Amino acid sequence: MSKSLFDKVWDSHVVRSIEDGPDVLYIDRHLIHEVTSPVAFVGLKSRGLSVLYPKRTFAVADHNTPTINQHLPVEDPLSANQLKTLENNANEYGISHWGLGHKNNGIVHVVGPENGITLPGATIVCGDSHTSTHGAFGAIAFGIGTSEVEMVLTTQCIMQPKPKKMRISINGPLSKGVTPKDVGLYIISQLTTSGATGYFVEYAGDVFENMTMEGRMTVCNLSIEMGARGGMIAPDEKTFEYIKGRAMTPKGADWDKAMAYWETLKTDDDAVFDKELTFDAKNIEPMITYGTNPGMGMGISKNIPSAESVEGGKATYDKSLAYMGYAENEQMIGKKIDYVFIGSCTNGRIEDFRAFASIVKGRKKADNVTAWLVPGSHIVEAKIKEEGLLDIFEEAGFVLREPGCSACLAMNDDKVPAGKYAVSTSNRNFEGRQGPGSRTLLASPLVAAAAAVTGVVTDPRELL
Amino acid sequence: MAYDKFTTLTSSAVPLPIENVDTDQIIPARFLKATTRDGFGDNLFRDWRYNGDDTPKEDFVLNNPIYTGKILVGGKNFGSGSSREHAAWAVYDYGFRCVVSSFFADIFKNNCLNIGVLPVQISPEFSNEIFEAIYADPNTQLEINLEAQTITLLSSGTQESFDINGYKKGNMLNGFDDIDYLQNMKSEIETFTDTRPF
Repeated sequence: MSKSLFDKVWDSHVVRSIEDGPDVLYIDRHLIHEVTSPVAFVGLKSRGLSVLYPKRTFAVADHNTPTINQHLPVEDPLSANQLKTLENNANEYGISHWGLGHKNNGIVHVVGPENGITLPGATIVCGDSHTSTHGAFGAIAFGIGTSEVEMVLTTQCIMQPKPKKMRISINGPLSKGVTPKDVGLYIISQLTTSGATGYFVEYAGDVFENMTMEGRMTVCNLSIEMGARGGMIAPDEKTFEYIKGRAMTPKGADWDKAMAYWETLKTDDDAVFDKELTFDAKNIEPMITYGTNPGMGMGISKNIPSAESVEGGKATYDKSLAYMGYAENEQMIGKKIDYVFIGSCTNGRIEDFRAFASIVKGRKKADNVTAWLVPGSHIVEAKIKEEGLLDIFEEAGFVLREPGCSACLAMNDDKVPAGKYAVSTSNRNFEGRQGPGSRTLLASPLVAAAAAVTGVVTDPRELL
Repeated sequence: MAYDKFTTLTSSAVPLPIENVDTDQIIPARFLKATTRDGFGDNLFRDWRYNGDDTPKEDFVLNNPIYTGKILVGGKNFGSGSSREHAAWAVYDYGFRCVVSSFFADIFKNNCLNIGVLPVQISPEFSNEIFEAIYADPNTQLEINLEAQTITLLSSGTQESFDINGYKKGNMLNGFDDIDYLQNMKSEIETFTDTRPF
């Protein structure tokens, strides 16, 4: 029977299928961080259980970490306690731990691929919905709750009904100034935040084939924002080239054995999907969001849609625009902004900082803008310095911070004040996401850079 | 941890007819710094429920004493966004045992099932009828019968059946959880591990 890429990976990880119930799915790689793991360890202890395969779990501190002065003790006692709890749990159970200050530390979804933890054809879970990022490598990767973290720790399995399958195909050349982030925000704007709920997505077509691995990670990262559990892209030469030789990828004969498996990871020609969607690349322009969920996005040159033209209730739509301080049919270009954040598991990789630099080079940060440049990892931070991007940033009046999730969810001190507007390369513009009362405009690193040097929402194509 | 058994529940309900209620609203990230499962109910819908100075926002439904009960009725696409199980814990800790919506986000629904909160998905029409009934009479009773997989608006007798897979239903009726099941599969899992290429 013909199978999709998703079927091939899923089916090969089913330990047992329960009639009228979920599959027991084997997990190859388990990532944990300080926020969603502590209660799982409490659960283990209260039941007297152990960790079955400690070498298959990797602990990274990221959500709660400061992005300045990481060499000093963490000031917030609750954050410090959570970080210490992660370290203690990892040590107690023999789990690898990349804490604050470790050379491999960074955002869990950035460091996984960087260090070769992420592999094609693997199942990867983490107590974080943006685990979908790793689907860029042809892995089945998705976010789980803390009860499931506990299951994986003690049995290396979770229990999941197999999702339905959706394929999203986009072909044609992308226009000037259109980045993978814009492709992702465009798809979400077409599907809404619940349009792919219940599905696992495969991205197909030459737009994705031509994307770099980092671009593919950005797209797969955003899969959850349309409700999908995850999204994946078939591994190809680019994928194998990216992972080869990384610290934790198979070597020698193990590599050859793995390659034999990885080369089978393609959707069969006559495989059937529950839903097929096709978009044309030429309809995508640089995107920006205007509301309080990631589906409320539009081409940057357009006007904010009227309530009648969008799906969903008018009351909810009005509440959203009122929160943002915007009105129907206004244009976004020229709107004053206060903060710019580049970083996160969506856009915190070296290519994102190169894109940001391509616009700020030779220009100056606008006086009304506070900018937070937060690399996704120490490895990204080192590349920013090596490539001379730091000099460009500093000459333009920007400061580079230390890695972490930072203002994406504002668990640390990187909070946008109430009522202020932030152009952010992160993934969620929910009410208060970047701090109580904050207002978020999601966009690409190019749009963020254009806003950072002009102080207003600006079409980046004018500055390229 | 295994949880309370769920069989039938008859209760008044709290209406929240807003669409796309995300888990950042259910429990904002700054309240995720705990290392135990206690006390999340106090911060359920924190920023919709309280002003910046911690005084209650009078127009929010949880601050209106006429709406009470163990059932929360939400708008479409309830629980979208972050995978934080803290959102389900907050719902449970506040005192809800069931969330009703015309559409749930996937991970939130799964998290609820894993801690013993029953997500009940109904049609948009029935959802509207329930909201109208509650606004007409805040003491309107809903009856949820897990064994029969039905939800009934007692004032009108309108009833719908809802989906839940047989395995999860058994778990909730008996107060079992997935770890109880998986623990009995250890040797099968160990054998499977030996077949993994990496």
